[in-house]
Order: sequence, then C-alpha cells, then structure tokens
Amino acid sequence: MDSMILTLILLAPLAGAILVALLPDRSKLPAWLALITTLITFGLTLHLPAHYDAAHPGFQFVVNKPWIENPAIFYHVGVDGLSLWLVVLVGLLGPIGVLASWKSIQRREKVYYSLFLLQQTAMYGVFISLDLMVYYGFWELSLVPMAILIAMYGRKNGSAAATKFFLFTFIPSAPLLVAILYLYARTGTFDFTQLRTDVAVGAVPASALFWVALAFLFAFAVKVPVFPLHGWLADTFSEAPVAMAMVVAGKLGLYSMLRFHVGLFPIQAHNIAPLLIALGVIGILYGACLALVQRDYWRFLAFAAMSHLGLITVGIYGFTLTGWTGATYQILNNELIDAALFVLAGALEIRYATSQIAAHGGLANRVPRLATLFVIVSLAMIGLPMLNGFIGEFLILSSTFTVSHSWAIAATVGVILSAAYMLWMIQRIFYGTESKLAAETPAHDLHFGEQLVLWPVAVLLLIMGVVPNLWLRTIETAPKPIVLQQARFADQNIDQPAVTPASVEVQR
Amino acid sequence: MNSIPDIYRILPEVILTITGVFVMLIDASIPPLTSRRTLGWLAAIGTGIAYLASVWQLSLPMGTAYSGTVETSPFTVFFHVLICGIVIVTLLLSLDSLPEDSHHQGEYYALMVFGAVGMCLLTAATELLVVFIGLEISSISTYILAGYRKQTGKGPEAAIKYFLLGSFATAFLLYGIALVFGATGTTSIYDIARTAANAQNQLLVEGALALMLVGILFKVSAAPFHVWTPDVYEGAPSPVVALMSTGPKAAAFAFLLRLLYEMFPHLRHLWSPVLWVVAVLSMTVGNLAALRQQNVKRMLAYSAIAHAGYLLAAFAGFGTAGIAAATFYTAAYAAMNVGIFALVTVAGGYNDERPLIADYKGLIYRSPLLGSLIIFFLISLVGIPFTGGFFGKFYSFTAAVGGGAVILAVIGLLNSGLAAAYYLRLAFAVAQRPDDEAQAARTPLAPVGLGIITALALATIATLALGIIPGGALHAAETGAHTLQPSPAAPTVPAEVTVNQTAP
Repeated sequence: MDSMILTLILLAPLAGAILVALLPDRSKLPAWLALITTLITFGLTLHLPAHYDAAHPGFQFVVNKPWIENPAIFYHVGVDGLSLWLVVLVGLLGPIGVLASWKSIQRREKVYYSLFLLQQTAMYGVFISLDLMVYYGFWELSLVPMAILIAMYGRKNGSAAATKFFLFTFIPSAPLLVAILYLYARTGTFDFTQLRTDVAVGAVPASALFWVALAFLFAFAVKVPVFPLHGWLADTFSEAPVAMAMVVAGKLGLYSMLRFHVGLFPIQAHNIAPLLIALGVIGILYGACLALVQRDYWRFLAFAAMSHLGLITVGIYGFTLTGWTGATYQILNNELIDAALFVLAGALEIRYATSQIAAHGGLANRVPRLATLFVIVSLAMIGLPMLNGFIGEFLILSSTFTVSHSWAIAATVGVILSAAYMLWMIQRIFYGTESKLAAETPAHDLHFGEQLVLWPVAVLLLIMGVVPNLWLRTIETAPKPIVLQQARFADQNIDQPAVTPASVEVQR
Repeated sequence: MNSIPDIYRILPEVILTITGVFVMLIDASIPPLTSRRTLGWLAAIGTGIAYLASVWQLSLPMGTAYSGTVETSPFTVFFHVLICGIVIVTLLLSLDSLPEDSHHQGEYYALMVFGAVGMCLLTAATELLVVFIGLEISSISTYILAGYRKQTGKGPEAAIKYFLLGSFATAFLLYGIALVFGATGTTSIYDIARTAANAQNQLLVEGALALMLVGILFKVSAAPFHVWTPDVYEGAPSPVVALMSTGPKAAAFAFLLRLLYEMFPHLRHLWSPVLWVVAVLSMTVGNLAALRQQNVKRMLAYSAIAHAGYLLAAFAGFGTAGIAAATFYTAAYAAMNVGIFALVTVAGGYNDERPLIADYKGLIYRSPLLGSLIIFFLISLVGIPFTGGFFGKFYSFTAAVGGGAVILAVIGLLNSGLAAAYYLRLAFAVAQRPDDEAQAARTPLAPVGLGIITALALATIATLALGIIPGGALHAAETGAHTLQPSPAAPTVPAEVTVNQTAP
C-alpha cells in the first residue's frame, strides 16, 4: 500500500476525468462524479500523514521505476515534510473546488469537470515528482486545463485573460527546460536527490550554475508571482472560475522555490536572497496599496493575495529554519484562506451579480451567515492570534528580524496594511448604510452546500491556529539542515542564524 | 552477395505501385459519375499491406540491392512505416471529405499511393539518381494533388506555384548531383562517403553540398526557401495538405540525414553553422508570420515552417543523438499535423468554406469531441508534456544542447513560447462561448464518417503514445540512426568548432 499510494493519488483524478468525459452530459452527473472522485482522492491523501514516519525524515512512499530509457527519465515520486501537507491540501481543495463550482457552472459541465480533475492530477504530480523531467511535465500540464477553463468560463473576456496567463507562465518555462537539459548534459541524471548531491560536490561549473539557478528562479517567480512579474494575476483572478482562481497562484511556485531553487542550488539561492527579500517586501507593500484602491473585489483579492505571497517569499529567502517552517505552514494557511474567501466572494457574486465593491453595502443584516464567515476568514488572513494566519506570519516575521531589522519592519507594515484593506472591504460590503442593491435583491443566505464547505474550513483555520504543532512537527522534518549548512559554508560572514525552533515558543 | 532476392528489398514500393496501377485501371473501367469510395478503401488496404511489408523487412539482414541502389535497414523501415502510416490516414481522411460527384476521385487515390512510392524510394535510395527519381515521383504526385480543386481560383494557383518553384529547387538538387559526380566520379552514396573527403577538388564537393542543401531545404519548407508554403497550403485541399506537410517532408528529412551524416560528415564545420542559421531563421520567421494570420491554413503553414526549424535544431547534435532526434521529430510532427489538418478538413469544410480563425469560434459547443481534439492537437503543437510534440522538441533540443548549441536550444524554446500565442488564439477561439449558445448547440457540424473517425483515432493515439511512451519509437529511431552511422559517432570535427557556432 505504501508504495502504491502516491500513484493512486495521481491516477484517481485522471481516471475520474476520463470517466466524466466518457459518460453523458446529464445535469449534475459530471458534478457528482467529480465530487466523489475528489472525495476519494482526498481520503487517499490522508493516508500520507497517518503513515508518515517523522522519526526518519527524508522521502517516503517512494516509487522509483524507469520510465524512458534514453534520456534516463524515471517515474520517481515521494513526499517529505515539505510536500506532505501540500498534497493533502490539494486533496482538500478538490471537493471544495467542486462544491464552489456547483452553482456557478451550469453549462458544459462535462468539459468543466473533466478538465478540473485533470488539473488536480497535474498539481499532485508537481508536488510528488522527484524526477526533474516528470516534474516539468506536470508543471507544464498544470497550465493547460487552467488556461482552457479560463477561456471557456471567463466572465467577460476569458480568452484574452487565458492567453495572458498562459504566455506569462509558459515562456519562463522555456529557460527552465533548457536549464534542466543542461544539468542532465552535465550530470546524466534528472533525479532530484542525485542532482542535489552532484551540484553540492561541484559536478556543474559554478559560472553555469548561476544561470541555471536563475532560470529556475525566474520560472517559479512568475508563477508565485513575485513583484514585478505579477502582470497576469489580476486579470486571471477576475476572469477565472472560482475553483480555478483559488489554486492558480502561490503554492506551485512557492513549493518549487523551496524544493528546486533553495533545495538544489542553496549557494546561488543564498547569494540572490537579498534581492528576493527586497522584491518580496516591495510585493507586500505594493500589493497592499493596490488592494486598497481596487473597485472590483476579484482584483482586490488578487492584490491581497500578492501581498501575502510576498511575505512567504521573504520567509523562504531569509534562510533560517524558522522562516522555512513558517513559509511552508503559511503556504497551507494562505491557500485555505484564499479558497474560503473565493468561495465567499463567488457566493456574493451569484447573489448580487456584480463584483463592484461600491455597489454593495449593509449586507450583514440580509445575509448574516455569509457575513460572519467572511469576517472569520478575513481575521485569519489578517493574522489574528488563535487563527492560523498568525502562526505563519509570526514565524516568518520573527525569522526576518534575525536577518534584517529594516526589512522586517517594512514587512510588518504590510501586515498592518492587510488589516486595513480587509477590514475596510468588510465595512464597505457588509456594514454601513444599506445599499440599493441589498434592498432590492432578494436575500438568500448561504445554502447548505456552501455551509458544508465553509464551516469545516473555518474550524480548520481555528485548529491550525491553536495546535499548529500537529502540522509543524512533520513540516520540520523537511530536508533543511543540510541546506542550511551549505549556505553557511557559502557565506561565513552570516550571523548565527536563528535555528531555535520558534514554533515551540509560539506554543507556550 | 547475399542470397536474398533483390525484390524483397523494394517490396513495399512494389506493392504500392501495384495498388496504384490497380486503382487507376479499375477507375477507368467503372462508369463515370458513380461513387469511387471503394477505390479509396482499396488504396488504403494496399498501403496497409505495404506497411506490413515494411515491418517484415526488419527481419531481413541489412543490405543493398539492385547493384547498390536501394537499401533496407532499420532506418529505411522507420521511414517506410511512417510514410505508409501517413498515407493510410490521409486516404481515410479523403474518403469522407472528397465530394461524391468528383470525376477524378480514382486518380486522386492513385496519385496518393504513387506519392507514397516516391517517398519510400527516396528514403531507401543509396544512389543519387534513384534519390532524384524518388523525389520526382513524390513531387509530381503532390503537384497534381495540390491543384485538385480546379474549380476554385486558388487551387491552380497553388499547383502552379508549387510546381514552378519545386522544379526550380529540384534543378538545384540535380545540379548538385552532377557536381558531386564530377568531383568523385560516382553517384553511389556509399562510394561518395568513402571518397569525398579525399577528392582532389574540395571546392566542387562543397559546391555540390550547397546546391543539394538548397534543393532539400526547399522541400522541407525551411526559411529562406519557405515562401511557397502558405499559398500552397491555402490553395490545396486540406487532406492533401495533411499529406504534403508531413510525408514528403519526412522523406526529404531522411535524405537530408543521409546527405549530411552519411555523405558529407567531413564537411560538418561547413553545414553545421549553415543549418544553425537556417533553423533559427525558420523558427523565427515562421512564428512571427503566423502570429498575424487570420486564415487557419496559412497559420498552420507558417507553423510548419517553424517546426522545420525545431527539427533542424537536432542537426546540431552529433551522430546518432542528432539523427535519432530528427527522425523522432518527423514522426511526432507527422502524427499531430495530420491530426490537425484532418480536423481542419472537417471544421473548415472541404472547399474551405470556413477558413478564418473567427469561423472556429465556439466550435467546442457545436461538437465537443472535435473541438476538444482540435485543442489537443494544438497543445501538442505547442509542445506541452505528455504529447508527441513535447518529446519531439525535447529530443531535438537535447541533441542540440549535447552538440554544444545551447544558444540554439534557448532560441528554439523561446520560439515555442512565442508559438503558443497563435496556437492558443485558435484553441481559445474554439473554446470561446459563441454569441448564441443555444443556436450553436442546435447547429452541429456535418456528421463525420467512418473514414475520418478512423483517421482521427489513429492520429490521436499516435500523438498520445509518442508523448507518454516514446521509448519504443525512440528506440527504433536510434536503431535507424546506428545504421546510418555504424561506428559510434566519432566527431570528425574538433569540439571547438561546435563551440564557435554557438557564439554568433
């Protein structure tokens, strides 16, 4: 079972996608099939944390079988502390995505759900692949269903947004592929663990490594997106179907940074870290300022997300254990919070048929449950203690303080701004004088399906904020100490990095 | 000599010729204005037998026949199988799309089969004159087929343009053959390979190489010899374009491999930089021009030029790696290009009633299956993993990087990013919500017949198989490459030459 589980997780959504494509397009049949498939897959992903052996860090549930002889591509999959919870996260976002699409997707359900499930497979593939070619394959594959769905189900001008999204994310993967091929030409392997050793012992000349690492970083930074590569984000958020928008940004790029940029090229990553910290902080502030002035709440969410993703970037490139743990944890938090916000915003849009913030106002009396949940999720996003956002932000910021006081202060200003724009947004939509829209539109509060998604997520946000050690325990087994040593070798001047597990302090 | 009868060495060509002649004879004996669909099936079955005969040829020991003019080897078998496969699929495609009242259906099927004879002969020939004959047989068939729609203005224009420019290019090739004969005193490829390096007048040999390159680069529509491509593709019927954008191209690439890797490896320091430039030009010119096209067939014509460029990138690789990559690419390209033109035939109409990208808008709402398939083949053309197009590009650029041409690979990959822009324009037009959704659902496309369905299924399976389990095809391509270069590639040029060529 342990050797099969990752393959099962990978293939289950694919099988579901094929099944949906083959069966007739009767009303809601594809949606039910997709829901069942994603629930089964989510169940399968829960096997991983249950059987993960935290005492023996390293890749587990590994399968390593030759796939293509020449060049030597292996079907090599496995998870460690870094990817474990991300796989579970994808599993959880599966049924949430299906339920979020339940009402909003009424036409061409067959195409929609089969592409949705294909997207699931691609995302699982990205997180579990340990062979660079297989990883690249899934990385590219993840673009396709996304782009088609944006084009087909866009709100106003889907195909323009889809083209923008695809080109923005596809063109940087050209240098990435060349870099992977170059590594292969030098070392004769695509295997991640093998390459990590080869790079560490200097099998690849350092002058070339600079460019290789840069190509990796560029591809990932666009996908996150890191300022100033965020040009695609707002259009994609305002056009994509809700279930797609909640998975498009963030985790794929951030995970890849941790695994393949920091993980494979620690010295190069460490050298370029000051630049990325600066860009991350700029992203935090820039995103926050833009979020303050948006009129459309999809674009608002895009810049709010950009601001929070900037904070995670800072955490990754601070090169401390605390920062990495916090960043990994914050990826989970951020995705969950974003997913919940998107479901809520989607629910608002279905009810009021506009995404203009100014048109709303005073909705709290009409749709009290929606408003309550919106506030809870927003507070988690702001980083209120007891909710999960606080833990991640605290870990990241405390690690940043050990690196540089000024950057940490600037990043903290961004956190304060996030409270400003979130609360102001809530005030404009849910409180204040009752708007014409609220008065004239018949009020339907959240229905059962939506509550079924949102309450468990809200509870999860609370649990993750109160007992983060459930997660941090495994996240801390991610392969960081080696990386840290190498980074220290690279830069002897670095001050004693804060390796004290700050998570324990948080607990007290 | 060995004891194998010479005829076994050209069995596929013989079967194809007999099929073609039979089709013509039967065509003459059935009354005019009756359906000639059966002839199409007959031609497809004959080509199928030739396909099997090619596979059977693998059991023969490698060797030449007819005084060393033709050869059977894994290399020739690979291309025979590929060409017969292409012709079968295009025949099946034509079955349902040719107008029933056409007077010349019999000739059409026969010409396709004769074209296959020429292409097969071209890949099997080890004698330059047979090469020339093979090239002419295949070219003349395609010239006629390109002008098959006489009733429209564009048809004859396409045919005449193709014919005039094509014969001009063939003249270059012939002139090159004459020069190499003058320099070495022989037209046998193996003899030339042995003597060319020691020929007294190297200038003559180099001139011959240049002229022959011009002739072949025209056939594969590489820039700057590409200007005919969009006009001819636009004017010719779509099933014919499916054939001539893949079959003759594959055959011409097979000969190009022989020419460069078998005949003139000692001139690598000359042809490698030239092909570097041609590859970059083809990709860039093709992609930039395709960006602005509104007509689907013209866009795909420019995309064909770009793909010739990606393929030529493989020639930067040394020995078997380069040959295998180029060979694999011809197969991958053929699978997806036949597929997309099959769909263009259905969606655009046989007479190109709906030629523009705008006409494809909302196609997926009218026919989910065909719409999805168009998107699938376009994704393969973009080069997304798990499709044949990805591994084609992958091997090609891997060969280039292995040969030291890193910059070429970077340019190539950036170009494929650029290419995504226009493929996606079509793909998203297909996926876009039509203005009147309900009406679109009520006006489905014309029903597609068994022939087209089989053709599409074959192309889809081939594209998927090459993308998920490319091992088998790659192994075959590598075996073929070894027969072209029996000794493990001893680079005849010192390494610094290849380093230089990455520097311009």
